[in-house]
Amino acid sequence: MTTLSMTPTARHSPASRLAMSIGTFLVIVATTYLGLLAVTFFIGRVIPIDPVLAIVGDRAPASTIERARQELGLNEPLYVQFYIYVSKVLHGDFGTSVLTTNPVMTDIRRVFPATMELATLGTLIGSLIGVPLGVLAAVRRGSFIDQTVRVIGLFGYSVPIFWLGMMALLVFYARLGWTAGPGRIDVVFEYTFTPITGFYIIDAIIQRQWDALRDILAHIVLPACLLGYYSLAYISRMTRSFMLNELEQEYIVAARAKGLSERRIIWGHALRNAAVPLVTVIALSYAGLLEGSVLTETVFAWPGLGQYITNSLQNADMNAVLGGTIVIGSVFIALNLFSDLLYRTLDPRTRAR
Amino acid sequence: MSDIANTTRQSRREWLLSDRPQSRMQARLGRFYVTWRRFTANRLAVIGLLIILGLIFVAAFADLLAPHSPTVGDLRTTRLLPPGGEFLLGTDDQGRDILSRLIYGSRLTLYVVLLVAIIAAPVGLLVGTVAGYAGGWIDAVLMRITDIFLAFPKLILALAFVAALGPGIENAVIAIAITSWPPYARIARAETLTVRNSDYIAAVQLMGASPARIVIRHIMPLCLSSLIVRVTLDMAGIILTAAGLGFLGLGAQPPLPEWGAMIASGRRFILDQWWVAAMPGLAILIVSLGFNLLGDGLRDALDPRGSGQ
Repeated sequence: MTTLSMTPTARHSPASRLAMSIGTFLVIVATTYLGLLAVTFFIGRVIPIDPVLAIVGDRAPASTIERARQELGLNEPLYVQFYIYVSKVLHGDFGTSVLTTNPVMTDIRRVFPATMELATLGTLIGSLIGVPLGVLAAVRRGSFIDQTVRVIGLFGYSVPIFWLGMMALLVFYARLGWTAGPGRIDVVFEYTFTPITGFYIIDAIIQRQWDALRDILAHIVLPACLLGYYSLAYISRMTRSFMLNELEQEYIVAARAKGLSERRIIWGHALRNAAVPLVTVIALSYAGLLEGSVLTETVFAWPGLGQYITNSLQNADMNAVLGGTIVIGSVFIALNLFSDLLYRTLDPRTRAR
Repeated sequence: MSDIANTTRQSRREWLLSDRPQSRMQARLGRFYVTWRRFTANRLAVIGLLIILGLIFVAAFADLLAPHSPTVGDLRTTRLLPPGGEFLLGTDDQGRDILSRLIYGSRLTLYVVLLVAIIAAPVGLLVGTVAGYAGGWIDAVLMRITDIFLAFPKLILALAFVAALGPGIENAVIAIAITSWPPYARIARAETLTVRNSDYIAAVQLMGASPARIVIRHIMPLCLSSLIVRVTLDMAGIILTAAGLGFLGLGAQPPLPEWGAMIASGRRFILDQWWVAAMPGLAILIVSLGFNLLGDGLRDALDPRGSGQ
């Protein structure tokens, strides 16, 4: 009984505690997602004076308008409309795009791999360079590398990504001719290259089309490096601060006293402990790149979700805009909460209470 | 002569740094002086401050500083001229002087940044302090809402908002403000929790102050310094988001010289007349760099504990 009062958490077995935290986690996911849907519902159905006009356009015949009105359930009270909206979205029904006349979900499924491919490559570049850079900056505080990381971070936080993309295209494509221009693949390959997964790099490797692969890589290198730079700016700065925090802990002193090599202490001990918050940071930067795709894809004529959203915006295609918003929002929320959960399960200190 | 001036300066410094201030004003000035010294010791922060002061100066005296009209150009003779000569930064496709457009555009940038700060910061402050002071279910509900907004992608949501409200600079401001208040609420709540149970709050409670009075008069002022730091650091992000919206044609509408929109209009000439798109981008870069440097400096000066970050 006395031990019980001393450690109240001891009553719960690890399994039941895990179940409880998963329970709270699910509640958080559900409310956040419902919040996202409420906001998009508000944007799409409440702000426009006549949502039907916003969806079918002002040149639609009266019968179409009436049908759309029925389909949307606009004659119902608002909360019933919201219920219908939520259940439709949960079934993957975002309505039909005016621009492409396809269901929005079909369109998104077609364009999403392009965005994923770019963002994944960008995050890969950012973390493979950013983490070592941040570690070195923390270890040699005040050195040249430390200053470099600082400048990279400041510049990355201050420069408009779409402008940097345009300047990169100007220099590396138009002037120097080192990379291919906008787009994902050259028109030459239009009939010989068939996408399977939608991830062109993987597709080209599967089909052993090495010419196509070279062209794809020449196209992706510039936008990927640009996104990579952005995540590098964020990741290296965060790595530095996590590492500084770890390096002043007592276990580092203990490891030094034990006579471990400096390399082992830094990469084996300190970085390993910094890795937990780092995973969170990398997940967040991945989410940020997905969101930033709206601007980069416009500049590089990259046929992904970002360009789909901006195209739809310019044509007042609200279904498509909100569909894209929900998809990016969902991935964003998922990554956000997933990293949170990961943090809590990986770090034993947060598990204690 | 200089000796006397020197001693008065010396004594003024001593007066400021006195650890037994005679009046409230002396204490305040002394604190300000210490913070100011800490701030000016950081050279980059001073550069940031100068950039922002320069921006304010340019925006205030745009009429006097701009050599040409920002909206009307000569289509016959001055179209797409390279930088140099009469047009220091070149001209755009309408024959307008880019430098003059940038100078007038600084007003729009400042307008967006200030308006977003004026709308978003008080909302965040109110939500955070009320949640922190009230506690219980009010706290839980308010913070859940804040977390929900925090988990949203800001740019995409602002985009969708502007799409529904219609393009325009005011709508862009509203959209950005709606998506940027949650971090302020988080900060204000954290600050509130640290002072909530302190003795002076208990004393005011004992004197019969209402909760509203306690929150407004005794808690909010304490949250201000960390809030100001965060808002300054966010300014760069706000400028970039506003420029992004302008680039997509959703912010200020032509012929307003908004920097993001200017980049978008220069896109067509990027290969041959690179300066049309390059110059506004540089302007955005310099101003957001200024806000970042200033924010970093303020954080280090106001909160020496966090300077290791």
